[in-house]
Order: sequence, then C-alpha cells, then structure tokens
Amino acid sequence: MGDLSIFLQHLANGVSLGSLYALIAIGYTMVYGILRLINFAHGDIFMLGVYITFYGILYTPLPWWLVFLIAPAITGCIGILLEITAYKPLRESPRITILISAIGASFLLQNLGIVIFGGRPRAFPVPKLLNQVVRLGGVSINIVAFIIPIITVLLLMGLNYFINKTKTGMAMRALAKDYDTASLMGIDINRIISITFFLGSLLAAVGGIMWGVRYPQLMPLMGTMPGLKSFIAAVIGGIGNITGAVTGGFILGLGEIMLVALLPRLTGYRDAFAFVLLIIILLVKPSGIMGDKITEKV
Amino acid sequence: MKIKEKSSVTLLILLALTIVGLFLANKFLDSYKIRIITLSGIYITLGLSMNLINGFTGMFSLGHAGFMAIGAYTVGILTMPIPMKEMNFFMQPIAPFLANVEWGFLPALLAAGIIAGLAGFVIGAPVLRLTDDYLAIATLGFAEIIRVVFTNTQSLTNGALGLKGIPNYTNIWWSWGIAFVTIWFMTVLMKGSYGKAFLAIREDEVAARSMGINLFKHKVMSFSFGSFFAGVAGGLLAALLGTIDPNMFRISLTFNILLIVVLGGLGNIVGTAVSALVVTIMMEALRFLDESINLGFIQLKGIPGMRMVVFSVILIAVVLIRREGALRKAKRV
Amino acid sequence: MKRTLGLLLLVLVLTLAPQVGYADEVIKIGVFEPMTGANAAGGEMTVEGIELALEIKGEVLGRKVEIIVVDNKSDKVESANAVSRLIEKDKVVAIIGSYGSSLSMAAGDIVKKAEVPAVGCSPTNPLVTLNNDYYFRVCFIDPFQGTVMARYAVNELGAKTAAVIQDVTQDYSVGLSKYFIDAFRELTGDKNSIVELSSYNTGDQDFTAQLTNVKNKKPDIIFAPGNYGESALLIRQARDLGIDVPFLGGDTWEAPEFLSIGGDAVEGAVFSTHFTAEAPVTSESGVFLAAYRNKFGKEANAFAALGYDAYMLILDVMEKAGSADSQAIRDGLAEVKGFVGATGVINLDENGDAVKSAVINKVDGGKFIYLTTVEPD
Repeated sequence: MGDLSIFLQHLANGVSLGSLYALIAIGYTMVYGILRLINFAHGDIFMLGVYITFYGILYTPLPWWLVFLIAPAITGCIGILLEITAYKPLRESPRITILISAIGASFLLQNLGIVIFGGRPRAFPVPKLLNQVVRLGGVSINIVAFIIPIITVLLLMGLNYFINKTKTGMAMRALAKDYDTASLMGIDINRIISITFFLGSLLAAVGGIMWGVRYPQLMPLMGTMPGLKSFIAAVIGGIGNITGAVTGGFILGLGEIMLVALLPRLTGYRDAFAFVLLIIILLVKPSGIMGDKITEKV
Repeated sequence: MKIKEKSSVTLLILLALTIVGLFLANKFLDSYKIRIITLSGIYITLGLSMNLINGFTGMFSLGHAGFMAIGAYTVGILTMPIPMKEMNFFMQPIAPFLANVEWGFLPALLAAGIIAGLAGFVIGAPVLRLTDDYLAIATLGFAEIIRVVFTNTQSLTNGALGLKGIPNYTNIWWSWGIAFVTIWFMTVLMKGSYGKAFLAIREDEVAARSMGINLFKHKVMSFSFGSFFAGVAGGLLAALLGTIDPNMFRISLTFNILLIVVLGGLGNIVGTAVSALVVTIMMEALRFLDESINLGFIQLKGIPGMRMVVFSVILIAVVLIRREGALRKAKRV
Repeated sequence: MKRTLGLLLLVLVLTLAPQVGYADEVIKIGVFEPMTGANAAGGEMTVEGIELALEIKGEVLGRKVEIIVVDNKSDKVESANAVSRLIEKDKVVAIIGSYGSSLSMAAGDIVKKAEVPAVGCSPTNPLVTLNNDYYFRVCFIDPFQGTVMARYAVNELGAKTAAVIQDVTQDYSVGLSKYFIDAFRELTGDKNSIVELSSYNTGDQDFTAQLTNVKNKKPDIIFAPGNYGESALLIRQARDLGIDVPFLGGDTWEAPEFLSIGGDAVEGAVFSTHFTAEAPVTSESGVFLAAYRNKFGKEANAFAALGYDAYMLILDVMEKAGSADSQAIRDGLAEVKGFVGATGVINLDENGDAVKSAVINKVDGGKFIYLTTVEPD
C-alpha cells in the first residue's frame, strides 16, 4: 500500500466525517442566525432523531426508508416544542438567561434519554443496502461514506434555494438581519421561528440517521460531542451562514483526520483539536471564514 | 445605608448560627452526613466563584471544571506523600521535579488557587473580549482542552489512572472556613470600587466603558479571581475524596455548579450559599427516586437517572419563572 | 429569602434527622455500582449476579441477609457519597463494588477509615487494593490480563508484530495496553515488535484515522482493549478499511452489545475474561449457571459471575468466622485460601487481589466461544 493510497484513504475518511459535522452544523447555524442563540440542545435533538429512527425500524412494520423519512419530521416537531417551552418565554430576557435555559434543556433531554431509553448502548439496525464496502485500488470506502456527502450537498442546495427564493425564506433572512424591523413589517415571527426550529431539528435528525448508519451505536449521551463539534464547525464557517457551516464541517472533519494522519503521536489529543481550532478562529476571525463582519449591537 | 447595616447584622447573626450549627453537626452527626455538609461547603465556594464571573460581571463562562481540575491536581500532586507517589506512578515515573515534593495542605491549597488563577488569567486575557455565547463555548473548550491534556500527560498527572492516596485533609472546618473566606472576600470585593465596576460592566458594557472603566482589566480580574477560588475548591475536593482522575472534570460538573448559581440567583451571595447547601443535600435526599420504593402494598421499581431529570426540570423552571428576575433581583448587593 | 431558609431547614431536618434505629437481626451488605452513566451496563450485569446470589443464599448465621444497592452514577464524587451512605445510614457490615476501578478507588479511603471491608467484583487496576487493608477483589488484575493476551498472541497466533489502540481516558485500557506491550516485546525478543501505539477517547465514534495509520504498518494482530461500544465500532471500521488481522481485547468486551453493535465485523475477535459459561471450572460454576439461566433466561456473563462470587465469598467468610462483624469479615477476607467460586478457585494474595486463572474467549457465529484457560504463574 503506497503513500498515495494511504493519503487518499485519509482524505476519504475526512470527507465522510466532515459531511456529518456539516449536516448537523446547518441546524445550529440556522437557529443562531435567527435567534442569536446557541441551541445547546441541538446535539440532544440529534440523539432523539436517532432513537426515534431506531424504535421506528424495530417496532413498526414500516420499511426502513419510510422510517428514515418520517423520523426527521417527528424530530422537527419536537424541535418546535422545545422552542415553545424553553426559549419562547425568554425571548425578551437577557441572553444569559436563554443560554442557561438551553443548557438546562440539553441536560433534561439527556437525562430523559437515560430514563426512557436506558443507559446501555444499543445497536442501530443498519439496512443491508447501506452496509457495503467499495474498494477502489487501495482505498476502502463504506457506501454510506459516499452517500453522506451527496445528501449534505443536496440538502445545502435545497436550503439555499428555500432561503433565497421563497417567501418564507426571505422572511427568515429579514428576521436574521433585524428582528424588530422584521416584526414591524408584518412578518409572523412565531411562525418563522417555528419553521426554523423545525428545519434545524429535521436536519439534525437526518444527520443523526446518517451518523447511526455510519457509527451504529446509540447512547443517550451520544449527541454531546457531535453537537459541540458541529457548533464549532458552524463558528469556523461563520455562524449564521449555511454554506459556511457546511464548509466548516468539512474543514473540521478533514482537520481531525489529518491531525492523526500527519502527527500520529498526538492521537490522544484529537478531541482537543476542535476546541483549539475554535479558539484560534474566535480570536483571529470571530466572524468565521465565510461570515459577515459582526457588528456589535449597542 | 440603613438597609445595608441591617443586612450586615443579619449576616453576622447568620454566620454565628452557621458556625454553631456546624459545630453541633460535627459533634453529633455521623460521617456520612458530615461528608455531605463538607461537600456543601466546597460547593458554596464553587458557586460563589462562578457567580463572580457569571453573575456579578455578567460574563458567561463554562470553564469551571477545568479550573477545578487544575486545583485538584495541584493539591493532589503537592500533598501526596513521596512513597505514595512512587506507587501511583507505576506505569510511567513522575516528572523528577515533582517526585520529592511533599507540601502541607494550606500552602498546597494556595498554590492550587494561584495556579488556577494564573491559568484563568492566561486563558481569560485573550478570550474575554468575546461576547456571551462565544465566551461560553470558548471557556467550555478550554475546560475540555485541560481535561484532554491531563489525560495525556502521564508523567505529570498519571493520566487516566488518576491519583490515589491523596491525604484526606479536607474536613468540615476546612471546607466551610474557605467558604466563609470566599463569602467575605466577595462581599468586600463587591462593596468596593471593583465590585461597582463589575456590576457596571454587567449592566451595560458600552456605558461602563464610556464612564472610563477599563473593561479588559476588570473582566480579566473577575475571571482570575473566579478561577482562583475554583482552583481552591478543586483542591478541597481532591483532599476530600483522596482520589482524582481527569474524567471527573467533565461538563456535567460545571452544570451542577451552574444549577447552584441559577437557583441562588445570579449575583446573589447569600442566595448562592443557601442554594449550594440545598442542592448538595437534595442530591443525596433525592436518591430515593432512583431506588425501589416499598410502600408495603406496592413495590415501585426505581428508575436510575430520575434524580437528574428532576434537577434539569428545576433548572428550566427556575429560569422560566424568574426570567428577568434571575438577573435583576440582585441588582443591589 | 425567609422562605428559602425555611425550606432549607425543612430539608435539613428531613435528611439529617437521626434515623429511627432498631436492633435488627438482618445482616446488611451494601452494593455500590454504576446503574447510570458510562459504566451502566457493567454495573447492571454485576448487580444481577449479586441479586441471584442473595436469592440462593439469603441467610447466614441464622440471620437474614439484605443487600442495599446504590447507584454511583459512574461518578467519583457520587461514588464516595454512596459508600459513605451505605456505611453510616444503612449500617452495612461489608460492601461490594464497583465496576470501574476509579469508582472503587473513590471508596477506598472511606472504607479504610470506617473499617468496613469492601470486595470489588471487577475493578482490575492494581491501585484499587494497594495500601488498603480493607479492599479486596475477586478478579485478577491488569498486569496478569495483559500478559495473558500477549502470550496468546505470540504462542497461539504466532504474531511477530502488533499494533495497540488504547482508550487513553480509561485507566483500564491504558493499563492493559502497557502490560501487553511489555510482555509482547519480551516474548518476541524484539523491541520494535509494537509497530503502532494509537489512542482515542471514550465516546469517540470515528476511528478511521487511527486505523488507517495502523493499516499502513501491517501488524500481525491488533490489541485494542476498551469499552465494548467503542471497541465494536472500531473493529467494524477496521473491517471496512480492509484490515483483516485478528483483534484482541480484554474482559469488557463480554457484553451482548459488543456483538450487536459489532455485527459480522467482530467475528473472530479474541479476549480474556474471568469466566465462561461453556467451561465450568468448579462445582459452584454449575450451580451458578443453572440458577442464572433459570432466573434470567439467558447465559451468564463474567460480571454477573464475579458479583455472585463477591457476595458468596463474604457470606462464606462470615460463616467461617461465626460473626457478621466488619472487623471479623476483614480478617477472614485477608486469609482467603481456596474459596470455590463460580469463576474459579479464589486465593487472595497479600494485597487482597485474587490469584486465579483467566479464560480466553472468541466471537464465533455471533456468540462467545470458549478457547482456553490460562493459569496464573
């Protein structure tokens, strides 16, 4: 096995991991763009999405592909519910208050997960069709690793169309730009925020399902790390910017893999990499690589 | 002015009562209950140190677990008897400059605070210009980085194996003594000009700056003080447990402290102390939720994890009910 | 403020009020195990074994035995509190636990000070019993387990080179790796026989980068001790990457989830453990296995067996001492020789560690199949 094929293998691994981060980061960035809120519970919504799919496949007669379509929609509704209970009453409150509520919601979902689903890990039922390995020369790629980037890019294109070309999308952008003016212009803020949470949570669930197929282990705490890393991806790309979030996801995924590839002695530090990258970005270019310049609201 | 005097008299009475209470507790209660009360003392210090940063200065830091880890390891390594060190570091020998060190508890605690405070300074200086949520995630990131580093530096921290055999210096007097010192320090600090500046920054950064308050200096100061006390509390915890490892210092630890701060009221000193006590005791008192309950006629199977669900619900409920109040109520300290 | 204080007082009175004591004839044994959190599965399996043992032998010295199980949440602070509570509030005479060495260590100082003996079921870190006259365990320790797998790799598989992938956040994994590496180097007589040492963190799910590095080094075998969940994912990804050399691991792999998460990929994985249902080592094994099957309707695992043994050992010691006094139990435990347990004949050495044989299992056809038994030196 030559150096080139090793490098290509690492590259393939990085793209596959990165596209997963990207998928989850989109939801993060959408919510942040509109509410200026780090939805700490996003990772746990992701977890719920995987569990819903898990139970859907095992305990309903539906075929797996149908569950893959329905579960994200259900998760989206849970997202709306979350916003209405934990965030909506606090819309006029100081930012810290909402942030605390978000952290509380995150821990509530995790602990509910432990109580309802049990603390032991479960195996995600991977459909046979998606569990195949393709070998190209010296490079082995699981077929999911092919599918995920494609889904990510397709969703990105769809979302970009939605946001730029539809009326609702325009309302979203207006809301993100200027909350007060948007409401004066007669935009139904509650509806737009609900839609945002629905879409964000739906995407988290799609990311979750893909995650489950790729890494078929379910745990109530499984959302924490992917959640944090996706948030970091969103920041790297410029938070609030959907294309940026996807870019950031790829950068983070590739970076993590390449760190191990190039500096194998540092594998133990791999989990710190994302945070180091985050802090560097925050210090050097807080608006992210694709973000607009953040103007401090006075 | 009158209100202030009155409240300080109340405080003194409260202090005297608490000391008498502690004395009685130490004399008559069993070691389990004493342990819980000792732990409460540590949580008071932790709650206050976080409150200084989050409540008084209005920065949102989630890095507490990291500073506690620094303090805990400092105390652990410095106070551990030399032969015990050799036993602990059986996989990879301890770094030579630490091998023959054995300090007393007080100097070790001070060192824990100072090193944690310095770390707070080094970390705080660059990131404190970030705003709310960015700061939260950056400090959380730092805590994670500290944990990862401690896991990997075996000759310094013994890595994942953790440290065992740290002398159990922490007792009810140490933990509550430090808690009182912290309360006293916070009260004095907040009454002085620094405290006024912190509050001004919390209320309105831009206005504070135009009033001539050096934002950077005050923020870094508040952050370093907070880290100092977090480090001391971490050291107390290490000497209470006698054993530590990097996995103890995860985000869930920070969450516990945040819970205390929010329940006690952001920016409320007495409230934080009371809520630290209540939360620590409740954590134990609510154990029955996890266990099977035998009511005689019916046996309810306990659900492990129920306790934490209750605490998460309490946290959200408090935030929702107080809304603004969580911050505003304690405007006048 | 006043209301808060009132509430506080109420809570204080409720929790700190002296428990109404009555001279009871029941002998209480405390169990602290992780029922939630990262180690929940191990705790659950262990408690199953203890409960089974209680059902079989619920009486000693003519008195009833009661077990009190408390959750340590896989958390050190909680673990210390839990044990303290068992001793002071529940007045237990002896303690069993805990899965996870660090959780056991958090209890070490407390049992030592209170002079209540504790018996660990499966904590394999040497530090647990070290310098503590009140901590014992019914399992072997990491140095032995690591050596066993190195010997198996060299002698049975003819391995000349090995790669090690460790979970750097788990004392268990780091310890096993270290002993494996030492033994493997010694057995092969080649200092360069470990071609790669790679690390990951608990909770990681993507191991492709580490594995691609390993693949490049072409080792004969891969030693990857760690939690069963992470390990199963790791092996899955290795197979996807076309790595087809044998995977070796430790006792944590023995969990149904290792098989369900790993699927076809973990076929052929080999690991050391304390006990196997297939090769009953003692007469007691047979009793235990039948009872377990009867109660739970499935084959027993090593952790249940160890829980069972810890409980039975304590009762046996009480019987021999003719006393349910903590000190008597401790003294009895310090002299255990030839106790016939479900997991083998247990002798406790001067540290309080069990010296006994290890079993090597292999995954075959979606089941754990017994390969061989390795005796202690």
